[in-house]
Amino acid sequence: MNRPTHPLLELWRDFARNPGAVGGLVVVLALVCCALFADGLAPHSPIEQYRDAILTPPAWAEGGRAEFLLGTDPVGRDVLSRLIHGARLSLGIGVVSVSLSLGFGILLGLIAGFSRGWVGTAVMRLMDILLAQPSLLLAVAVVAVLGPGLINAMYAIAIVLLPHYVRLTRAAVVSERDKEYVQASRIAGAGTLRLMFITVLPNCLAPLIVQATLGFSTAILDAAALGFLGLGAQPPASEWGAMLAGAMEFIQSAWWVVTLPGIAIFVAVLAFNLMGDGLRDALDPKLKR
Amino acid sequence: MSEILFEARDLSRHYLVPQGVFRPKAVVRALDGVSFGVMAGHTLAVVGESGCGKSTLARQITMLETPTAGSLKLDGHALASASKATLRQLRPMVQMVFQNPYASLNPRKRIGSILEEPLKIHTTFNAAERAERARAMMARVGLRPEHYERYPHMFSGGQRQRVAIARALMTQPKLVVADEPVSALDVSIQAQVLNLLMDLQTETNVAYVFISHNLAVVEHIADEVMVMYLGRVVEQGPARAVFDTALHPYTRALLAATPRLNPAERGERAIVRGEPPSPLAPPRGCAYASRCPLAQARCRDEAPALRDVGGHRVACHFAETAR
Repeated sequence: MNRPTHPLLELWRDFARNPGAVGGLVVVLALVCCALFADGLAPHSPIEQYRDAILTPPAWAEGGRAEFLLGTDPVGRDVLSRLIHGARLSLGIGVVSVSLSLGFGILLGLIAGFSRGWVGTAVMRLMDILLAQPSLLLAVAVVAVLGPGLINAMYAIAIVLLPHYVRLTRAAVVSERDKEYVQASRIAGAGTLRLMFITVLPNCLAPLIVQATLGFSTAILDAAALGFLGLGAQPPASEWGAMLAGAMEFIQSAWWVVTLPGIAIFVAVLAFNLMGDGLRDALDPKLKR
Repeated sequence: MSEILFEARDLSRHYLVPQGVFRPKAVVRALDGVSFGVMAGHTLAVVGESGCGKSTLARQITMLETPTAGSLKLDGHALASASKATLRQLRPMVQMVFQNPYASLNPRKRIGSILEEPLKIHTTFNAAERAERARAMMARVGLRPEHYERYPHMFSGGQRQRVAIARALMTQPKLVVADEPVSALDVSIQAQVLNLLMDLQTETNVAYVFISHNLAVVEHIADEVMVMYLGRVVEQGPARAVFDTALHPYTRALLAATPRLNPAERGERAIVRGEPPSPLAPPRGCAYASRCPLAQARCRDEAPALRDVGGHRVACHFAETAR
């Protein structure tokens, strides 16, 4: 009989079986490296304005200059450097707001799912109220209360995303709660906390992981919208969404200023989705050989 | 002579069912005045059709729910008045085997950790001691050592039920409630699992409350039989007496419906027509009157009490004439 492998090692083995997921992970790691080592990687400062090089096309295009590999923006800042630095803010926004809303969402969803009395009803009606607001309006309202700025924008986005996780968790918990294996745990003497987190939660994770990876993209885009309204990242901070929104008027004349941040968002979101898919499959013992 | 391990007296469990916003809640008497005792190392079989309160009874015995009325006594402790600490000590003494082995094992946990969970909660054993006990128990229920690392979905129904039985026995319980433990299994596997249950009973002197609707199985395994109908006991007594001289017309209908291989053993068919009355509006008299071939005016007016007739207890006005 072979020795039992470490659970994490085994998780990696199952994860590595899915090439798309590994590809996603590689891209995510690359983006994380960009964010961590932005100062060393970026060829220019993200906020330095080269007044002689306003709207320079990318290096390979006609009129491009080798020093500005991906061109410059309307005020002469290097797009590549801004994208590399932008990874910091954009990934940060995604990670922070998704983790916040996922964490609180799971907690509230478990409470709502397990309590059959008024507590559960109160939580769910509160979430219904949040869901009834248009999401951007709600985010704007939250930022208006907390004051503009990137950190507050993250909180606002976390609050906007929260009802989705709560509802998803509660729905999964309610369908699992009365199954016989939960009763068996109860008869074995498990307390409510053990039932919530050890018995039931692992069986509810699959939709949550998918929702979290999708929520990541929503978070980046919502942050962009807030930035566009002047309530998120404040200039001159480089943030992908704000870059995209701020250069909209040049979509006809200088395509690179708009397209490149869009591609960055697209690649990041795709990578997170692929990774999330792979993670969900690796965590499901039914898909193991 | 073995002592009484578990005793229920006048056990009732009522549920309130909302009928709509403006109407008062209705009362469903899922269990109504049920009394019985289980001896250590013996098997009490609870028999009845769907909706007669068998599973409600299981939830009361396993302390998942608190009865509406009546008393439960486990090993000399009254459960209703027991302190939290006492209840915590009593909890591992009653365990349960569920009907559906596909739903009763956590799909995300390995067999090893499923078996070790009760030990984690109730004992201070370290990981190695727990694993050792889990493996020993697996060997006793006929699972192979390599199954320890596997997930439930890799097993057949019979093997899963062995895992469920092993889990129930991990805390060395004195009473195991088995809620139709073989009815979800293939017929060829049923006998294996029943024999396993009986072997384990001889080894560990555990008592069973064996819930079933299959009288052939009950006859094989039970010491005492309790027949239920619409939340009440209609007949109870030693298995031999109930099977040989069934007095209640419902028991006799159940017995007549049991398939027999030997044509000589087949009795006359006693087909039960119609449906049991709604538990929301139980009849004033005998609950079985609407389907009973012996029913008379008295049955519809006056509910029969359980009384001793010929060595066991029957709730029928005409138990004597039935013999």
